Amino acid sequence: MDAQEVSRALSRISHEILERNKGSQDLALIGIRTGGVYLAKRLATRIQQIEQRDIPFGELDITLYRDDLSIRKDQPEIRKTSIPFNISGLKIVLVDDVLFTGRTIRAALDGLMDLGRPAEIQLAVLVDRGHRQLPIRANYVGKSIPTAREENVQVFFEELGQVDRVSIITGSRDQ
Amino acid sequence: MTWKRKDLLTIAELSVDEIELILTTAESLKEVGGRDIKKVPALRGKTVVNLFFEPSTRTRTSFELAAKRLSADVINFSPSTSSVVKGETLIDTARNIESMQADIIVLRHSSPGAADHLARFVQSSVINAGDGWHEHPTQALLDVYTIKEKKKQIEGLIIVIVGDVAHSRVARSNIAALTKLGAEVRVVAPPTMLPLGVERLGVKVFYRFDDALIGADAIMMLRLQRERLGRALLPSTREYANLFCLTPERLQLAKPEAIVMHPGPLNRGVEISPAVADSSAAVILNQVTNGVSVRMALMYLLSGAA
Repeated sequence: MDAQEVSRALSRISHEILERNKGSQDLALIGIRTGGVYLAKRLATRIQQIEQRDIPFGELDITLYRDDLSIRKDQPEIRKTSIPFNISGLKIVLVDDVLFTGRTIRAALDGLMDLGRPAEIQLAVLVDRGHRQLPIRANYVGKSIPTAREENVQVFFEELGQVDRVSIITGSRDQ
Repeated sequence: MTWKRKDLLTIAELSVDEIELILTTAESLKEVGGRDIKKVPALRGKTVVNLFFEPSTRTRTSFELAAKRLSADVINFSPSTSSVVKGETLIDTARNIESMQADIIVLRHSSPGAADHLARFVQSSVINAGDGWHEHPTQALLDVYTIKEKKKQIEGLIIVIVGDVAHSRVARSNIAALTKLGAEVRVVAPPTMLPLGVERLGVKVFYRFDDALIGADAIMMLRLQRERLGRALLPSTREYANLFCLTPERLQLAKPEAIVMHPGPLNRGVEISPAVADSSAAVILNQVTNGVSVRMALMYLLSGAA
């Protein structure tokens, strides 16, 4: 995906979110660190433009909820979770860049549940690359990209001083 | 950077990067303490044993809370109610605890080097929660965290440590941490309370409290360990209080935004006046709150380095 395709996908997803939720009442966006945060911010900006009102926005770090903490050799870095509003009763759209095994989303769901009781949690991803290991499905998908297990999907972000782009890299990194 | 150590024994052995890693991890973990449900599953199934051979409420509770917030199981072991009174050695006690699959042993002991000694004999991670007059690394880490939280950085700050430095593991660990991070550390006390050659630790030595306070960013009061007064370090508690009690008037000599710290328990009216202890300059309770985050960070990091 190039920058224009990413931008179009995000615009479409913003409209889909508003359509499905019949507007932006009680809606909040939460990005999963790190890629999901950039995408959630962009979605929030788009939705604010359409709806002319502010959408609560938060950042979630799922490290403490990973299912591989007790088997990994060294501990992954913990980054900040910052959700400056009470999520109870809200319709939360969880945002991530790539949906793969589903384990990150499982961790994110557990993390969110510890913070309150949302009315509903929906999932938006830029790329769905398949190979699910858990029964998890996204409500909003930028693009489904069939991949081989050992390939790696990399997302580049403007926010990191790169040109927006999604590319498939052969030869897997540590997932 | 990733954490490689099995144990946390001293500040002296830590690199600046390792200290920074602990601090940033603690910063991320602090949020957990502000939640309604103050618990995350990171250390589920791990066992932490608090092995305290000296009395302690604050530190032990802080470690216990830190472990519980990470979902570890905690066992508190105190020698007065255990086989230690029957003559068991430290190593035998620890080996027994390890045989019950303890992942982390938190040790407080009156002998300097006890934690280091223990760490050589057990596979479990060992955290030094105070060994004699040697070190109390988690106290220094929570102090550094608190200063950084208030002052944004440590480098270039003037930090005054006041009181019985000679018999203080808190002072020793703090001097190590703060000098590594680039602060100017001043110590001030009656000469009987400063160890010989203290300047070799990289600190500036003062004997008059007022002189040391000028331009200070943070003032760290040490507890006057009254149980040691029998050792003739001081003519009397009252004289000490006259010369070394942090009063509002003395606090004026420091920078306007200076913070006041104390590892607790407070001797009100001896080393710190109630007016200062209860003022907005005092960050003593922030230290207690931050202690839990810092200890969570350590347990998280240590439990990875299997």
